[in-house]
Amino acid sequence: MSTPSLPSAAQVVVVGAGIAGNSIAYHLSRLGWTDLVLLEQGPLPNPGGSTGHASNFIFPVDHSKEMTTLTKDSARQYEELGLATISGGVEVARTKERMEELNRRMSSALSWGEEGCELLTPEQVLEKVPFVDTDVILGGFYTPGVSVVDPLRAGTLMREYAQERGASVFASTEVTGVDVENNHVRRVHTDRGSIDAEAVFVACGIWSPRIARMAGATIPLSPAVHQMISVGPIPLFEATPGEISFPIVRDVDTNMYERQNGSDMEVGSYAHRPILLDADDIPSSEEAALSPTELPFTSEDFDPQLEQALELFPEILTVEGAGIRHAINGLLSLTPDGMPLLGETEVKGLWSVAAIWIKEAPGIAKAVAEWAIEGAPETDLHSADVARFYPHQRTKRHVDARSSEGYNRTYGIVHPMEQWLSNREVRLSPFYARERELDAVFYETAGWERPWWYESNAPLLEEYGERVMPREAEWESRWWSPIINAEHLAMRDRVAMIDISAFAVFDVVGAAALEYLQRMALAEMDVALGRVVYTSILDQNGGFKADLTIMRLDDNVFRIVTGGLDGPRDRKWFEDHLPADGSVALDDVTSAWCTLGLWGPRARDVLESTTSADVSHEGFPFARCRWIDVGPVRVLASRISYVGELGWELYAPMEQGAAMWDAVWEAGQPFGIVPSGIGVYGTTGRIEKGYRLYGAELETEYNVVEADMQRPKVKDADFIGKEAHVRHRDEEPAAILCTLTVDDNTSPSSGKKRYMLGREPILTPDGERIVDRKGRSAYVTSAGSGPSVGKHILMAYLPPAQAAEGNQLLVQYMGDRYPVTVAVKGSRSLFDPENTRVRS
Amino acid sequence: MKVGVCVKRVPETGARITLTSDDQAIDTSLLGFTISPHEECAVEEALRIAERHGGSTTVLTLGPAAASEQLKNAMAMGIASAVLLETDGGDWSAEATAAALAEAMRAQPEPFDLLLFGNEAADSGDYQVGVRVAHTLGLPCVTGIKGIEIDDGRLTARREAGGGWEIFELPLPAVVTVKEGINLPRYASIQGRLRAKKTPIERIQPQPRASALETIRLVVPPEHETHVEVLGAGADAAQRVVAVFRELGLVGL
Repeated sequence: MSTPSLPSAAQVVVVGAGIAGNSIAYHLSRLGWTDLVLLEQGPLPNPGGSTGHASNFIFPVDHSKEMTTLTKDSARQYEELGLATISGGVEVARTKERMEELNRRMSSALSWGEEGCELLTPEQVLEKVPFVDTDVILGGFYTPGVSVVDPLRAGTLMREYAQERGASVFASTEVTGVDVENNHVRRVHTDRGSIDAEAVFVACGIWSPRIARMAGATIPLSPAVHQMISVGPIPLFEATPGEISFPIVRDVDTNMYERQNGSDMEVGSYAHRPILLDADDIPSSEEAALSPTELPFTSEDFDPQLEQALELFPEILTVEGAGIRHAINGLLSLTPDGMPLLGETEVKGLWSVAAIWIKEAPGIAKAVAEWAIEGAPETDLHSADVARFYPHQRTKRHVDARSSEGYNRTYGIVHPMEQWLSNREVRLSPFYARERELDAVFYETAGWERPWWYESNAPLLEEYGERVMPREAEWESRWWSPIINAEHLAMRDRVAMIDISAFAVFDVVGAAALEYLQRMALAEMDVALGRVVYTSILDQNGGFKADLTIMRLDDNVFRIVTGGLDGPRDRKWFEDHLPADGSVALDDVTSAWCTLGLWGPRARDVLESTTSADVSHEGFPFARCRWIDVGPVRVLASRISYVGELGWELYAPMEQGAAMWDAVWEAGQPFGIVPSGIGVYGTTGRIEKGYRLYGAELETEYNVVEADMQRPKVKDADFIGKEAHVRHRDEEPAAILCTLTVDDNTSPSSGKKRYMLGREPILTPDGERIVDRKGRSAYVTSAGSGPSVGKHILMAYLPPAQAAEGNQLLVQYMGDRYPVTVAVKGSRSLFDPENTRVRS
Repeated sequence: MKVGVCVKRVPETGARITLTSDDQAIDTSLLGFTISPHEECAVEEALRIAERHGGSTTVLTLGPAAASEQLKNAMAMGIASAVLLETDGGDWSAEATAAALAEAMRAQPEPFDLLLFGNEAADSGDYQVGVRVAHTLGLPCVTGIKGIEIDDGRLTARREAGGGWEIFELPLPAVVTVKEGINLPRYASIQGRLRAKKTPIERIQPQPRASALETIRLVVPPEHETHVEVLGAGADAAQRVVAVFRELGLVGL
């Protein structure tokens, strides 16, 4: 039989024809990349990957804005293809804690604009799901827009669209190698020949790590088992037309879902022990009894779930003649942080479109296609960017540990500050031993152990009494301590030392370094030696790509300092834009420098007593950096502040960090120095000052004018995003970032004081959602105590009509609404608005 | 009426079978385990007979400790009790298996009225164990059966033969090996599964015995290359279908 032969070259090769591969092929073709070859190792239309056995339902509401946006867009695409059936869905609560979580989901539904969601009593759940046992539930969260979709058919339609535009599709074609030249993907080898390609999209789910490895890149995911059984026939279901007539139930407290599928009830579980596989241990289509991703069912893992399913649905699951007709250990992809793996890998032109669920695949594919072709996606994808991982986060140990830990959280009640417990103590600053002696409570940032507060500061609680804004409710007290606020007050009164070694640090060196950085940064970089420049880094659309500081250390030497979480992404952005001629080099010196922040009214007194340098305001002005002695260590001191106080960031060589710490510690004793944690640095100190945080306030979906961070004038030099930025300055912003204060934290329902933690919806006094003219809703980007102003502080983008100081609005939190006031429109600080402290 | 049914734990293989490096066994590292379709029907038939005529059902197997999974699955379908003749893992010959099973059956406090087997095991395909057990116990035996009726202590069995049926009558107790198609086995219910989980399995340590047969090694037969290609959909595909037919010489030029 004649088989069309593989072309010898194509602009794009997509590997994998599951829902991810078909979706990306479709969207790339739609945007003009039509010279495309889609390769699939299995048969079509069901190649045997996870798409073929997924349970295919879409619950749109997630606490993550990014995931909700992508999921809603996917639901829209499935509907446009005519392959979605709206079933509605109920998440039921068996515990009081879960009812609170459902209240929180109501907030997220409002924040991200999912219409029609409501909380149900058990009786109301019964009305919608007439076979549930109301005795075991306290209530439910109903999402009318939940749908079931047909991802295999959707994939076929999308694949055919791409084929009509010129794509060719090869099933039963296995990728055997990927050639890379000069760190750019060049060629894909298969068992049917080789294809030269400019770009390769790895969209093959659990097999993605293997394909990436062929190119020397990493896609850090782990295949894991998700168990599912199908019970039937159930007469009640047999009597209904079509695939589904009753809402899908998520029995989240038992980590299960139950959905009608024709005459059967499918019961899926995320409750069993994490069962991980290695990509190389997945059987081939020929070897597998069912399919490569449908492994033999291990019934003993599922038995506890059977009893729980019976509790909820005692009647229909025990109906005469109904049996377990199908049971699999289905494979799916788990990642170290639960988010997808999107974007270009370490190898140029090699893109990852992996770790994607049915519910979000078409939306993600659209965004990734925009990213690849237009340079930036409409939806900000930074939290799913595959470049977010440091090398240590790509190790098998890390991926397996976090994937296992994350698995049972699939339906968990995950606190915004929830910490990972596995594979900790990987990155330790030289201060670590000192911090442990001071009973630091460590949280993890990108592998670093960072003190969030110090239990040794507990005596400060007495000193500050009610000013520490103690929290009554367990939820907000979790992963929090009033000691954070006490440390904050002590910093404002005296002086604090804060370990900020998690910073990522890159040196930019070379004859064209200035020219290069001018092109990268919004701010003027042609500054005097020793200047420290705080700048936004924009993408081509004028959205925020990064937010960081750059020190000019010499004519041709600059030092970039950015957040620990942002390090790998920012490094990729900078490296991708390095001139090809080698006139600029970027050196990642993160592991060479530790950093200690020294801030507070007595910071100068402390520093003066351990250095011979002139650190007076005149001798060492604000936004300057220079080398000074601190005790026995020569450090790079940078006079800036993210907490709104006089002070310095002190950079010491890693191995001399402990000596620097000791010098500052000793010098600080007469001035009452307080070791303070990231709770102060990241939240209380910054939020009182209205300082913006990348990933919270700053992301590509908002621009500089909306964040009120525009400079008096646009610099002459050209820079990425300049054209868009100039346009943004000329138009009225669709929203303006404001600081709001909560007028009364008292819960109308419980009488307890409650404190928002972020991502809650801001509503009009009538309780209506606030949406700007670009369709973005008003939600809390950051929330935190303001101990010095005595208020709980929120930040939110508001449309101009609402962004008026004194404007009274509402915030919805855990089912209650609280009055809030717009305290500041724009970037002025709530605390010390004249910045006298910083410049003292 | 006391009905016994014997099953064998076998790998649930895909299209391609991989052997262990010493060619002594199927590589089961990625495989699940099951029983043969004939045995599934035997289990179902035992249940139906007990339901129709009253009495008890027992499932027996000879195999490693993990074979309790297959016993539990049979119990989840409704079999009341289970006996595991636990080995240390190696494959026993049909001769040795049958001897051990017969001994275990004799040791039962109450003798079986009917013993059902699958026509042959899914892996070794010896077709022997049922016949050997019958011989050892001195019971009448019919094989390849696709229909059973019991009336007044006599069993009528039907076997497909060419275009018709062979009908046998046997006195009970008897041994019958059945073929897939005799019935449509039920699925285990959730309650059945939970009940099976709680029901203990009787464990017996059978004495290994010498066998006249010895497995030298296994050989995987050469694979047939298969290729599937979707030629198109609807009328548009007709041209290509014709082209393929021509290529294969199925239609003239």
